[in-house]
Amino acid sequence: MTQFNRFAVAAVAVAGMLGGIASASAQDVVRIGTEGAYPPFNFTDSNGELKGFDIDIAQALCDEMDVTCEFVAQDWDGIIPALLANRYDAIIASMSITEERMEIVDFTDKYYQTPARFIMRDGSDISDTSPDALAGMTIGAQSATIHANFLEDIYADSDIRLYPTQDEANLDLAAGRIDLILADSIVLYEWLETDDGSCCTFVGDAYSDPDYFGFGAGIALRQEDDELRERFNAALAAIIENGTWQDINDDYFPFSIY
Amino acid sequence: MTDQSITSLARIAPQKAPPARGPFGLEKKVFDQIVLAIVLVGLAAWIIPNINWRFVDRYWLRYLEGILVTFQLVFLSVGIGALLSLPIALARLSKRKWLTLPARAYITFFRGTPLLAQLFLLYYGAGQFNAAFEAAGLWWFFREPFYVAVLTFTFNTAAYQAEIMRGAIQSLPAGQAEAASALGISRWPTFFKVVLPQAYIVALRPLGNELILMIKGSAIASIVTVLDLMGITSLAYARSFNFQAFFWAALLYLIAVEAVRRIWDRLERHLTRHLALSH
Repeated sequence: MTQFNRFAVAAVAVAGMLGGIASASAQDVVRIGTEGAYPPFNFTDSNGELKGFDIDIAQALCDEMDVTCEFVAQDWDGIIPALLANRYDAIIASMSITEERMEIVDFTDKYYQTPARFIMRDGSDISDTSPDALAGMTIGAQSATIHANFLEDIYADSDIRLYPTQDEANLDLAAGRIDLILADSIVLYEWLETDDGSCCTFVGDAYSDPDYFGFGAGIALRQEDDELRERFNAALAAIIENGTWQDINDDYFPFSIY
Repeated sequence: MTDQSITSLARIAPQKAPPARGPFGLEKKVFDQIVLAIVLVGLAAWIIPNINWRFVDRYWLRYLEGILVTFQLVFLSVGIGALLSLPIALARLSKRKWLTLPARAYITFFRGTPLLAQLFLLYYGAGQFNAAFEAAGLWWFFREPFYVAVLTFTFNTAAYQAEIMRGAIQSLPAGQAEAASALGISRWPTFFKVVLPQAYIVALRPLGNELILMIKGSAIASIVTVLDLMGITSLAYARSFNFQAFFWAALLYLIAVEAVRRIWDRLERHLTRHLALSH
């Protein structure tokens, strides 16, 4: 009897494993990694649900590819390592397509592109945002971003502070701990519109040098997943073609961010 | 047995124990050293060919800067915390309610909540009330992440050290103070010259542990943008996506902790040499 029970347990376990393998290879579930702390592109609402432009685009792409999207929230610092560790299959989190990242992951075509800008507190005595003009000032950015890399390389004479999330950088600018923030212009615009962001304002020009800021935001995948990348690219072309992309854009922004 | 036979037995000088034997008929100490050497050579043979020298070349100086910041954080906070811990421990031991209650509340709060939460509370909390701090002329202090980190760690370690000191003081036999009082020595000299030196000897080992815990705990400062060893590590990792970043951090923390532990051991042996039976 015990012998039989053991056999039954083993059989069920093996069947379960085979089932798992079969469903993974059929790819009817695509696991999407996102940050969930980067409004308006991806954020967690008061019900704890992931929302935002990235999430809507991901949902539209999955519908187009006829697969089920499963979202996984992951801190930004570890978002590429977790992809490589197979915690999910794709990153849809406003990740800029850059040469540095392309050494370890692959990207689809861009699904939007926005420039970077500086913000400062109202009434700050800053008008020029060149490296010389900002020497000795304290500039904040989110760590592991194109903005952080750009500051580290170009603004070597400024004091660069790197924060785990954009929110924390915003808090410190409002509090007066840092003089400026460099981040994505749309993300900053959204924050400036809030009560907390009323302290601050844009300063200087927009930055979009592809050497640092890449070629727009794309979907990052493991380098061996060529098939999935092609399916994402086809779906992306389709939703741009059939107007779905534009509808989602219009839900969030009064102008096109492609 | 008579007294005679006891004295004659005592006359035989105590003999040194024979060296402990390990496997292969080797002395245990020698055997241990051989095993350690094999392990170290094996580890080196595995790691060295896999080192990414470009990574090392790019970041080694920043790692050293990072560990310097870590040491500054730890020694400042543990040092100031040691000064604060004594009055807190005394308040905690006092018979007066208005002294014990605040000391108890302080210790309970700082030992009962995560260090990370304390740092966030102080750092972003101060940021919310920056106007008030500015008015009080304290903003220059709360503006700097490094100072706020030192302050938080100081509060935290003072609570732990106060409990260590309280335990050490209470562990001394009451007869010590009573004897001093019988000799006509008044309260405070008794405390400072009789009780406290002995209490510190009891407290040495747990205080050393606290110092080592703080070295590792200080990694939390990187969350509020302090570029300590952990801050440099996340910076290097974010840029290179090279897992080695964490290997070097672990190695440097290990070396730091080992060095401090050895120095502390020396110090302890030196300070307790009058208690040692044989060395």
